[in-house]
Amino acid sequence: MLDAITNYLYSSATPGEAGSMFWATIYILLITIGVSLAVICMNWLERKILAHMQVRLGPMRVGPHGLLQPFADALKLLIKEDIIPQDSDKLVFWSAPVVVTMTAFTTFLVVPFGREHAVTDMNIGILFMLGVSSLGVLGIIMAGWSSNSHYPLMGSLRSSAQMVSYEVAMGLAIVCAVLMTSLQTGTGTLSMIGIVESQAQQHTWFIFKFFPLGFLAFAIFAIAMVAETNRAPFDLPEAESELVAGFHTEYSGFRWSLFFLAEYAAMLAVSSIAVTLWLGGWLRPFPNWLSGAAWDTAFSLVPALTMFVLAGLCLLGVVRMPKIPQMKAQTLGLLIFGLLLGFVGLVLLVPGVRERVQDIFWFVAKVAFFMYLYIWYRGTFPRYRFDQLMKVGWKILLPTGLGVLIATALWGLLPQLSSAVFGLLGVGGVLP
Amino acid sequence: MAVPEETKDPNPVLPESSAPASPAAKPADALATADKPIASAAPAAAAKPATPEAAPTVAKAAAPAAAKPAAPAAKPAPKPEGPKPEPWDSELVRSLKSQYGSGIREASTYVGQKYLVVDSSIVYEILLRMRDDELFDYCVDITAVHYPKREAQFDIVYILYSFHHNQRVRIKTQIKDGATLRSVVGIWETANWLEREIYDMFGIGFSGHPDLKRILLPDGWKGYPLRKDYPILQQDTEWVKANLGIESGQ
Amino acid sequence: MSERTDYLDLDTKDETFLDATELVLNMGPQHPSTHGVLRVILKLDGEKVLGTECVIGYLHRGVEKIAENRTYAMFNPYVDRMDYVAAVSNGLGYCEAVEKLQNVEAPPRAQYIRVILTELCRIASHQVWLGTHALDIGALTPLFYCFRDREEILKIFEKYCGARLTTHAFRIGGCIYETYDGFEQDCLKFCDAFLPKLDEYEELLTTNRIWVRRTRGVGILKPEDCIALGVTGPVLRASGVKWDLRKAQPYECYNKFDFEIPTGLNGDTYDRYLVRIEEMRQAVRIIRQAVDGLPQGPIMAKIPKVLKPPVGEIYHSIEAPKGELGYFIVSDGSTQPYRVRVRPPSFVNLQALDKMVRGLLVADVVAVIGTLDIVLGEVDR
Repeated sequence: MLDAITNYLYSSATPGEAGSMFWATIYILLITIGVSLAVICMNWLERKILAHMQVRLGPMRVGPHGLLQPFADALKLLIKEDIIPQDSDKLVFWSAPVVVTMTAFTTFLVVPFGREHAVTDMNIGILFMLGVSSLGVLGIIMAGWSSNSHYPLMGSLRSSAQMVSYEVAMGLAIVCAVLMTSLQTGTGTLSMIGIVESQAQQHTWFIFKFFPLGFLAFAIFAIAMVAETNRAPFDLPEAESELVAGFHTEYSGFRWSLFFLAEYAAMLAVSSIAVTLWLGGWLRPFPNWLSGAAWDTAFSLVPALTMFVLAGLCLLGVVRMPKIPQMKAQTLGLLIFGLLLGFVGLVLLVPGVRERVQDIFWFVAKVAFFMYLYIWYRGTFPRYRFDQLMKVGWKILLPTGLGVLIATALWGLLPQLSSAVFGLLGVGGVLP
Repeated sequence: MAVPEETKDPNPVLPESSAPASPAAKPADALATADKPIASAAPAAAAKPATPEAAPTVAKAAAPAAAKPAAPAAKPAPKPEGPKPEPWDSELVRSLKSQYGSGIREASTYVGQKYLVVDSSIVYEILLRMRDDELFDYCVDITAVHYPKREAQFDIVYILYSFHHNQRVRIKTQIKDGATLRSVVGIWETANWLEREIYDMFGIGFSGHPDLKRILLPDGWKGYPLRKDYPILQQDTEWVKANLGIESGQ
Repeated sequence: MSERTDYLDLDTKDETFLDATELVLNMGPQHPSTHGVLRVILKLDGEKVLGTECVIGYLHRGVEKIAENRTYAMFNPYVDRMDYVAAVSNGLGYCEAVEKLQNVEAPPRAQYIRVILTELCRIASHQVWLGTHALDIGALTPLFYCFRDREEILKIFEKYCGARLTTHAFRIGGCIYETYDGFEQDCLKFCDAFLPKLDEYEELLTTNRIWVRRTRGVGILKPEDCIALGVTGPVLRASGVKWDLRKAQPYECYNKFDFEIPTGLNGDTYDRYLVRIEEMRQAVRIIRQAVDGLPQGPIMAKIPKVLKPPVGEIYHSIEAPKGELGYFIVSDGSTQPYRVRVRPPSFVNLQALDKMVRGLLVADVVAVIGTLDIVLGEVDR
């Protein structure tokens, strides 16, 4: 039994592939914890970044620079009174947030943080992710329906209509990327790891492939994923000024926090898809142009450097803290946090750790970039009205997606097509 | 009667050495100014302010219409009279008077603002004519004033403005308690809520109004607050009696 | 007090072959985007609005009845509380009306000070409007930018009269407070700092695709409808009618200043937005001219301690940031007015809501309420 556990450590495959249930469970636990931590981080980041865009500071009191704010929020939500509307459908009301959260987390089964850092590598990976995230729509409809009230009902119907519409565009964009995987080897793959490896083989991230087609497909997906997750500028279903809070109006306390968790987990999931399909997944930038041991080492130092930069910012914050006795605790807290980050950076310098962590770091960094984009959109754009939102999804993204798909297919077939054409012309005697 | 009853203070306090009011009433349209600047021309008198040099103040109603009110004569008496409403004579007034005769009870100007007092039976036609013929296409306000001691207790005031003439005019009419007027919603759509408010506050009904119900007060409110016989402590004492069991909270 | 159920007697028959039933949705008095306590009952067919009914009066405080029981000077602070966002203009209208009744005129210096403060108040009011309007449509950021810049104006008010919002800045006969040291510099500094900020707001919104699509063609009001409904202010001007009381019937010393009246073409929400932005620019222009030409002299006209205007009536109106704000005062010669009627621009403008939203979607109702720039304190008094 112990062998089964330790054997896996010598393999270079995902636990699912290696058939190791134990490690698969460990990975699932790690991913669940990781995603939850990421959601907590996102909460803090969103409030701070949005605030700074709006010329204000955001949370500053709960912990140094508001770092403990998400924990305070989580605690508050947990101890809140559990209110269930009297005439609601109790079972459905209870299970709606569960459905939404479970589907959001399940999509992470196939997300590859590295070559062997995924729970499993399904050969229908991307299809699985799309399918499971569509199940989330069911949870939203359940929430709106069971609340037995106008506003949630309208919000949930709007939300589901919006998500379903944009899934079509997303699907088309994904097919483009999958199509590109078949170029080198002749057989494409739906497996997430396979897609990244295909990008590695073709020496180019799909966002740059067949420029501008890859970029267009990426853009379509990037817009559709924002609509899929009900975020600004497509956040009409949860717009405060229109329908109070849309489908989760009647939810409070822990149930609401589940919706919140699910929303951010979905954001992370679709960002992971975007990163895997177009931005090269866990691959570091320029693996072929800047190749060689020296460059490898240089790039492997980047995670540690990032940690040092963050630690440096924390220490800068410590220096700038007001020097009054009331702020002693916060200053100390920030100092400890900064030192912790620095320590993590030091650990990341160790060569053994360096290689293993590389893939994960690049993946997370790219996903973080997408998270920043989400927050940026929220701070900048007004909301689309619902009919305009649907118009964008059906009348703009869908035709564009189709066009890009056909163009990618044609371009991909170009070598065969051109030789076929030349052959025909040669046979026909037109060309010498 | 054009102006409300005066509650005169029999012994007004006059300032002894009152300097003339600092630039009181510079007539914008150079009217003939009274050439008797009274020393006590300060409008600082208590009940009867001294005669100003010219009746209209900073002229608002720039009058493209005919007659401008003449400056009232300055009175040397120790109790100078206040500005009196001057008769307003113009083509419009003349034609109205010729058509309606005694229906037009008064046509005057006070401090440069023109107004007509008409009979309540013809006020609708006159308003219609004002909009259609005289191009008073903007109904600024409709309001009411309550004079409980008068026989026709309510003064309904229509304030109209004409973009074409850049002129404002007031049409006033007087009705008894319990009488109704014809609604002017058909003439100016803005009268909808304005008349509802008059109904809400004064209890004056308007026939032909599409939706005459209370607007500012809750639907079940008893009484009409802006009437003079509606005491402001009534609601408070009612509530206090009902809920606290005492006579009054005052 | 039973609930009425027959509110809507709308005559629009929307015949759809699906024979869908209509939904009556209540945007209740407590709602994040009705600016104040306003209840709008919407009759919807799916998302389309078939008709609306506004239920107001939640903020009715009986101001007109109070006025009959206060002296003229005592009533002055009450008028601030009607349109509390633009309190200075309310005070200006009331003081001017009583001054006309009393037949005095404020001295030139007082008039200039009044104009400066009123134009600052116009900018502040439009900033609140812009921030909240953008917030309703989903742009979260302009709110903070607008309020940050409005702080400078409120600081000037505070330094001048001690209050930021309900200023009670003017008195009958002129101003009671002399300008503080540095008032002119503060105003000019604000003007210089504000114009680039206004460009910032425009950068965020004016050419933003989503903003344009949300506001263009939404809530169109034709000029004839505006005039018939008595709508005034930027709403009227955006429909194309070039009419501003500051030019048509100048009061205070507005005839001494050179400024323009912005008008719109289509009368939609986007035009109203552009008109108000331009009004802010023109207000800056007026402030600069007024500060440059501020004369010396007394700031208060001679009025008696116990003010008893002569028997008579008067109607005086000014161009408040929201429209034509009028005061109809009836005096019976005593120290207390016999009747004070306030003609509130928001009350009359709100009537136009029904006409503007028929046929639009629910999301547009929120945009239209925002663009009318109503303050419930003024609607309900």
